[in-house]
Amino acid sequence: MTGSVVLFVVTASALIGIGLWGFLVQAHLLRRVLAFNVVGSGLFLLFGALGWRGGGVDPVPQALVITGIVVALAATAVALWLVGRFAEETGRADLPEDRREDRQEKSSAGGRP
Amino acid sequence: MTGEVALAVLLLGPLLAALGCLLAGRQGSTVALLALIAGAAAVVVLWDGMLRTGPIEVRLGGWGAPLGIVLRADGLAVGFLAAAVVVMGAVWAVARHDFATPRARDVFWPSSMLLWGALNAIMVSRDLFNLYVGLELLTLTAVAMVALGRGPGAIEAALRYVLYALMGSLVYLLGVVLVYHGHGTLDLDRIAAGRSGADALALGLMTAGLAIKTALFPFHAWLPPAHAGAPSPASALLSALVPKAGFVMLVRLWFEAMPDATPPAALAVMAALGAGAILHGGLMALRQERLKQILAYSTVAQLGYLFVMFPLVGGAGAGTAGAAEAWAGTQIGAFSHALAKAAVFLCAALWIRAIGSDRLADLAGLARAMPLSCFAFGMAAVSLMGLPPSGGFIAKYLVMRASFELGLPGWGLVLAAGGLLAAAYFYRPLAALFAREPPRVQRTPRLLEAVPLALALAAAALGVLSQPAYDLLQAGAPAYARGIGP
Repeated sequence: MTGSVVLFVVTASALIGIGLWGFLVQAHLLRRVLAFNVVGSGLFLLFGALGWRGGGVDPVPQALVITGIVVALAATAVALWLVGRFAEETGRADLPEDRREDRQEKSSAGGRP
Repeated sequence: MTGEVALAVLLLGPLLAALGCLLAGRQGSTVALLALIAGAAAVVVLWDGMLRTGPIEVRLGGWGAPLGIVLRADGLAVGFLAAAVVVMGAVWAVARHDFATPRARDVFWPSSMLLWGALNAIMVSRDLFNLYVGLELLTLTAVAMVALGRGPGAIEAALRYVLYALMGSLVYLLGVVLVYHGHGTLDLDRIAAGRSGADALALGLMTAGLAIKTALFPFHAWLPPAHAGAPSPASALLSALVPKAGFVMLVRLWFEAMPDATPPAALAVMAALGAGAILHGGLMALRQERLKQILAYSTVAQLGYLFVMFPLVGGAGAGTAGAAEAWAGTQIGAFSHALAKAAVFLCAALWIRAIGSDRLADLAGLARAMPLSCFAFGMAAVSLMGLPPSGGFIAKYLVMRASFELGLPGWGLVLAAGGLLAAAYFYRPLAALFAREPPRVQRTPRLLEAVPLALALAAAALGVLSQPAYDLLQAGAPAYARGIGP
């Protein structure tokens, strides 16, 4: 059993790492929302794995993980709605500060009105 | 009404009212008003009960920690509950006329009720996960309010806000997971009773997450566009109340749950970030041309004041009169910032409605047409600068005195520099308002102008009535901050 806990922790850490990397490096907003969900999955896995202590499975982390999933779902929904609105308004799927190719253009145009 | 009922009114009332606002449609604001009146009565009951019998504690369903959830209204909580209900009431009075279209109405009233309920929940929760859920609800409703803004940048600001907030909540949650692993509980008092090797890491992660949500420098980039882009009555809520929730959580973590995991160097780092916020926010506010952006950067700076407390309360002076002064001064500063910042944003709301702009150049000469609100703006600015007589002055005086008593005068000087910067960035809008130019304005009811005036007067009154506020804050204060009194 201890072996599988280690496996869970390693998998969870990998998910958190990949997600954080994606969140910080990717400019496309959908990818960032996706990365948020990858980190979230890793966190919930970690929570479940660390909840296993000697005598058996602790129910508290499991209850909290379910709540956490609901919260993450709501947050994802809001974020996706905003990404949709932003894309409708501007035709873009990335924020101005994350655009590498046209940083020059932005500074010459003086930013958004 | 007993303490338990009062807490139920403050937690369940806003949630029910949010549903009621949706169902009531055009009468949404009436439902909100009823909830606010009930909430105000509940705050009075809690305040009174707490001064008589000490902090009021409720175990939901009769289950204590670790299985059940404990709510506790201590002095800090009741102070913020009171500030929230006052600010909500003032915003209600101004916003009632502003959100006329069905879409704006059906988003603003339910969101504002949910936001208020989430704030109340955060103030009285004693459980890390409950606090997390409260903070998420608060953030999502705040994001919805930013997205209501009409300007071209509003959606972009809301999007940036939500991305920062998502990141912040994940980092916080990672810390919570480590705490649970180390302590086997999420109850603040039970965490304080035990120790775990991962405490420092967990506290660091939770602090980073909350710093993002509180817009502590250098994680503040999302705040100015969001608070400047939201509809002005919503900006008043966002700037006056929302960042305080993360601050209260930080205070509870650092001084109540894990006072042993905080070395002096970490406390000094928090204050240094606060000092960075004061200087950066102040300098950026000086460079803005639009009133709401000045006010938003001013919020960044004023949030910095709150963090200067950390080495004064938690360091070598812990438990002395100096620590108690720094504690009370900081919380009084948070209350008076809430009142004064809401006042100036509501002034901005009235002026934008009257002249259609918040550019400083367009505000010229407004004091002749709208003297009451301009006077209110001036009074609130006095409190935000920290000049007497005002809550902002008492706050700064107490914290500065503590810094000199504890032999850490550097932090006191940072506060003084912040006051000078505030005077400088408020000079420009004030000079414009009182310029000798005839403005063209639409008529605004005097009664509406009295709303920000009442808030500004309340912020000033905090300076005169600081003793009751001090007594309130001592009720249930952590051992660190329990002193003999000023």
